[in-house]
Amino acid sequence: MSTALNDKTTGYEPLIVAFCCNWCSYAGGDLAGTSRMSYPANVRVIRVPCCGRMNPMFVLRAFQRGADGVLVAGCHPGDCHYSTGNYHGRRRLSAFKRLVEFAGFEPERFEVRWISSSEGDKFAEEMEQMTAKIKALGPNRKMRDARWQSVT
Amino acid sequence: MPRTGVFICHCGTNIAGTVDIEKAVEASRNFPGVVHAADYRYLCSEMGQDLIKKAIVDNQLDRVVVGTCSPRMHEGTFRKAAAEAGLNPYLLEVANIREHCSWVHKDIEEATPKAISLLRAAAAKAVLNESLDAPELEVEKRALVIGGGIAGIQAAIDIAEAGYEVDVVEREPSIGGRMAQLEKTFPTLDCSACILTPKMVEAAQHPNVNLITYSEVEEVKGFVGQFDVKIRQKARSVDPVKCTGCGICYEKCPSKASSEFEMGLSKRKAIYIPFPQAVPNVPVIDRDACLYFTKGRCQICEKECPPQAIVYDQEDEIFERRYGTIIVATGFDQMNPSQYGEYGYGQHPDILTGLEFERLFNASGPTGGKVVRLSDGKPPEKVVFIQCVGSRDKARGMNYCSKICCMYTAKQAILLKEKVPDAKSYVFYIDVRTAGKGYEEFQRRAAEEYDVAYLRGQVGKIFPDGDHLVVHGVDSLSGKIIEIKADMVVLAAASIARADSPELGRIVGINSDSYHFFNEAHPKLKPVETHTAGVFIAGACQAPKDIPDTVAQASAAAVKAVGLLSKEFLKGEACTAEVNQAECSGCLYCEAVCPYSAISPVEIEERYQGGTLKRTVAEVNPALCQGCGSCTVICRSGSINLKGFSNEQILAEVDAICLQR
Repeated sequence: MSTALNDKTTGYEPLIVAFCCNWCSYAGGDLAGTSRMSYPANVRVIRVPCCGRMNPMFVLRAFQRGADGVLVAGCHPGDCHYSTGNYHGRRRLSAFKRLVEFAGFEPERFEVRWISSSEGDKFAEEMEQMTAKIKALGPNRKMRDARWQSVT
Repeated sequence: MPRTGVFICHCGTNIAGTVDIEKAVEASRNFPGVVHAADYRYLCSEMGQDLIKKAIVDNQLDRVVVGTCSPRMHEGTFRKAAAEAGLNPYLLEVANIREHCSWVHKDIEEATPKAISLLRAAAAKAVLNESLDAPELEVEKRALVIGGGIAGIQAAIDIAEAGYEVDVVEREPSIGGRMAQLEKTFPTLDCSACILTPKMVEAAQHPNVNLITYSEVEEVKGFVGQFDVKIRQKARSVDPVKCTGCGICYEKCPSKASSEFEMGLSKRKAIYIPFPQAVPNVPVIDRDACLYFTKGRCQICEKECPPQAIVYDQEDEIFERRYGTIIVATGFDQMNPSQYGEYGYGQHPDILTGLEFERLFNASGPTGGKVVRLSDGKPPEKVVFIQCVGSRDKARGMNYCSKICCMYTAKQAILLKEKVPDAKSYVFYIDVRTAGKGYEEFQRRAAEEYDVAYLRGQVGKIFPDGDHLVVHGVDSLSGKIIEIKADMVVLAAASIARADSPELGRIVGINSDSYHFFNEAHPKLKPVETHTAGVFIAGACQAPKDIPDTVAQASAAAVKAVGLLSKEFLKGEACTAEVNQAECSGCLYCEAVCPYSAISPVEIEERYQGGTLKRTVAEVNPALCQGCGSCTVICRSGSINLKGFSNEQILAEVDAICLQR
């Protein structure tokens, strides 16, 4: 297990924003906690009702504000609490990922995953993998808005 | 600027153990809008709630942030507390610093800044929170029970007794389910039919219960209080009103097919009732086996039927009904153990599963109640029972315990000794698990009074040798290799979820665990609820379960259903979508993506260049909207927003979380 925020060797600790749907992935995250699993503290979860609620604008804003990776997690296709929300999310976000790549940004910084409420282990694993991947990629320099830094 | 109060819970040491609470409180004081910050050992306790309530009044707070466990756990508790202090409950936000922070991070140096960041995000969101009101929804005073086994029957009777109408949809021609297939029930050895049949009849005769057999649920639309359910009633080819249940049709029918009820061990007619006590006592024509349907001739049943109840051209009927609540009680299957090559199931008639063996004891079963070898009709002298076939088997991904096998094996060994006094039973087991009232005593009796030999160990191979089956196993307690020349082998095959349970789960809106059993909303505190409001589960569709547990769970689900039906109104979803009609261009893409048909076009009048202009825009029906937010993203003019999860609120959370960069 990595000791996320205290990586003495590189000094670099990425920030990952995870948007999780309330019904499956957020509950999967709860189960990871209840089962006392462990994953890097680099991940911060924002609760959304459904991945169909995910406006790509939210993802862009995270990158602009300096997030190094963004993960959207929803119910498995077919299992959406709102029956079709994750189908809209899947289509929209996969098109968006292509767009991110086309714009010259590392597409690996943005991922979409399906994690059910019973998959606490998968939740922890995905967070672990995402963190490792972003660590290897290094900080998000391209999309981060320097003006934001000066404000804060 | 709103006046926000931040309250941080220690949750004993659950949060305080890995989050520096003092630091978090201090940091919270500097968040924009925060005028008060406090912590408490257990915020969810009455004292904790009082602390929040008092602070709201004393500090004139109009926003509250609670840093505590998951909002899925206690959001309701804290919202209620806020409401009691005169605040709109939706002005409260929860920061999940337990499940998503203190429990998953071990290091206080890591968890503390993360907790502060999550609190900051919640505070930033809270500033933008608005007072919301949940709409009141009507409740259709009728329940639907899917599955007519003992769980479904019990739930239906309980609901009916409480004074509400209930429909039971059963896939098979008769209600009764798995329990109807059993001969006796542990640990009291009452005859299963003797205790089940009266319940079946009670359900059938109850004025509030409507049995819809030979039917399946095809579609569920709507939501709690108003589920619109499409039910397919399969063509029985028999008019249930005319049929008197005399049975002449299946007596005379010349065509046979394998009996599902007898686990394929015997034949039934093409026109049949699954078992003698079937409810309703109305036969069904199996069109795949019927000579008239396959070859166009015969029609004997039609000629012989005294009330002329046979209707060959009957068709499936699909009808839609509205229900306030749904209970799913679809039961389980027994795994087909043929994938376990070492046990030779399917290759020898004397190797049976537990459920098949059970049928041999039954007077109306394939052998007329004689326990004999199916190969030669002789009573067995030595019977080997093998436990955990497909259960507790990590190598094959079947990790769970099927729970009922230890007990029914003991039962079958006792029954065997009573039917065939010379018979000797051997049980190969991993562990004998007999938790339950009277269970341990029962299993002891099997071992001590009925001379059942319990051998701790596994069987590696079974092979036929002349008239016998040689069972090659190991007794791990003595370390000895054991070889038994058995006459019959009974495999306690795993209880598994119904093959089509994921499909039904999708239709009704219940998610499943990795073994396809339905998930309850909370493993301890919400054992019959699901994540879909108004949908409850009972019985072995949730996990392997014996009859007492199933019945208890069915009654629990019935109480939940009745509680819901007894309400005049239900509170609907407060976080619904809202259209800014001044900006809406009327493209109605939102109408197309809405899964609840909650959006419809509406004509509005606007002042335009001195005159008025009529224009079509979208309108959301808040009673139908469930707050998924799909419409907000599809909206090209950005004129739909979701209350409680608005664009501005989510962006504020993003900004707050990224502030550390």
